[in-house]
Amino acid sequence: MPERIALTINGRQWETSEGTTIAAAIMNTEAACRTSVTGEERGPLCGMGICFECRAIVNGVPHQRTCQMLCQDGMDVTTQ
Amino acid sequence: MTQHFDIVVVGGGPAGMAAAACAAEYGKPVVIVDDNLTLGGQIWRGKDIPAAARKWQARLDSVSAHVTRIHGARVFSQPVPGVLRAEQNGRYLDIAYRKLILATGARERFLPFPGWTLPNVVGAGGLQALVKSGLSVKGKHVVVAGSGPLLLAVAAYLQTHGAKVLAICEQAQFSRLLKFVHSIVTDSGKLRQALTYKMQTMSVPFYAGCYPVSAGGGKKFESVTLRQGKRAWTIACDYLACGFHLVPNTELAEFFGCRISNGKVAVDKWQQTSILDVYCAGEPTGIGGAELALVEGQIAGYAAAGQQDKAHSFFEERARRRKFAQLLEETFALDPALAQLPQDETLVCRCEDVPYSVLKHEPSWRAAKLHTRCGMGPCQGRICGTATEFIFGWTAGQVRPPIFPTPLSSLGAKPELIELQETR
Ligand SMILES: Cc1cc2nc3c(=O)[nH]c(=O)nc-3n(C[C@H](O)[C@H](O)[C@H](O)COP(=O)(O)OP(=O)(O)OC[C@H]3O[C@@H](n4cnc5c(N)ncnc54)[C@H](O)[C@@H]3O)c2cc1C
Ligand code: FES
Repeated sequence: MPERIALTINGRQWETSEGTTIAAAIMNTEAACRTSVTGEERGPLCGMGICFECRAIVNGVPHQRTCQMLCQDGMDVTTQ
Repeated sequence: MTQHFDIVVVGGGPAGMAAAACAAEYGKPVVIVDDNLTLGGQIWRGKDIPAAARKWQARLDSVSAHVTRIHGARVFSQPVPGVLRAEQNGRYLDIAYRKLILATGARERFLPFPGWTLPNVVGAGGLQALVKSGLSVKGKHVVVAGSGPLLLAVAAYLQTHGAKVLAICEQAQFSRLLKFVHSIVTDSGKLRQALTYKMQTMSVPFYAGCYPVSAGGGKKFESVTLRQGKRAWTIACDYLACGFHLVPNTELAEFFGCRISNGKVAVDKWQQTSILDVYCAGEPTGIGGAELALVEGQIAGYAAAGQQDKAHSFFEERARRRKFAQLLEETFALDPALAQLPQDETLVCRCEDVPYSVLKHEPSWRAAKLHTRCGMGPCQGRICGTATEFIFGWTAGQVRPPIFPTPLSSLGAKPELIELQETR
């Protein structure tokens, strides 16, 4: 069994398996990642670090490309 | 601290892994720098990697005494000639080289159409990458659209991960696809792969000459409207996986001043670019698949290590595989009708939310950047620049550092000017 990881996404506790990127975890919660400059909700597009649509706040740091970051135990993720 | 290496390889996909392994076989100190957390590039990701990937992993491991791996680091500029600057976890690293091998791969091409910015409208390779990294698509309804051999591979992958693929839509006409299949009959490996994917997606309707004209939904994506000839119809689904084949990542090569021809990095028979001691291998020289990337990587690695005879022994295979690259280009050339898909209010630049109505009056990419902020956001035109090149025929101007957005602190710093050590 892959190890389970517990993290907070938008204030709620979620469990995910090891090796999951934050972008995938956010999508699994059915949330969007960021709000665009004209107020549209956006989610991941490229999945490989080039489009910057998956940006979110990770442990208080905004604009993190979540498709390039793995979930870690105790992480706090907020969509932006 | 500046680290010194004889040969620096940027990109850890098949091309970069092969280049590093071959160069290191002759005892040259090699470093391979990649922005992902593991080697393997776009194709060899996650847990279920093929035998070829394991073979190259093992070859790299066998020369590990000479190969340094730097993961999660993205090369973004050259502060002085012969020194690369990369960003890793918000800090920068300087890496000095004698010879440089660029193996930066390719990315998906995205084209704007109404609704393409809705969450859950994702790239085809993009959705596959997300599933490989933990997104669950079990029981989800997906339409796969766009262009290129990737569509079938993605559809098959999604099906085996529990998704229900409702349709596969390829913009290329059926006649061109037939010619493509006919041409790969002599390549048993390619044919077997194509047939496997086709078998795995046997139950899914496949439409040629078909593309999405709009994606609908409130805040989230709910349905896609497809067009094939005069017929248009709408399918309700959870995800639209849509990418229009691949485009070479040439930014870093352009930044070094390498000659670009027809959107690809121009190389000589040794995979050397127009700049002395700067080599390029894999998808940046043209989209040809992992096998061509491996061959080019080996040639570049051996040539950079001064083993021209070894490099030469791969020329024949490269010529054969390049024919396949040519075939890909012809088969999956974009239908000009796709340039008509954006409506006035369709956003073309997703970072700065610039609509088509504003861009259509601009004469060039440069003017558009200046007047509308198109291409000025964090993707630095990687998405909209590629799209406007097709829609308006614009060519992106000169690449300026940094080629990726970076924390400001890493920009101005001067590298320590240490004499290059003799490593030979
Ligand atoms: C999204 C996507 C999905 C794909 N899926 C499939 C598939 O399912 N099946 C298939 O047969 N082919 C697939 N392909 C094609 C396949 O990836 C290529 O044929 C093959 O990987 C080419 O190898 P490469 O070494 O040239 O490039 P890549 O494998 O793309 O490797 C390039 C590497 O360089 C890194 N890089 C780029 N710029 C920098 C920089 N500035 N600093 C540091 N590192 C950098 C990239 O992150 C990447 O790891 C896919 C391609 C894409 C883009
Ligand atoms: S999804 Fe494109 S950068 Fe993360």
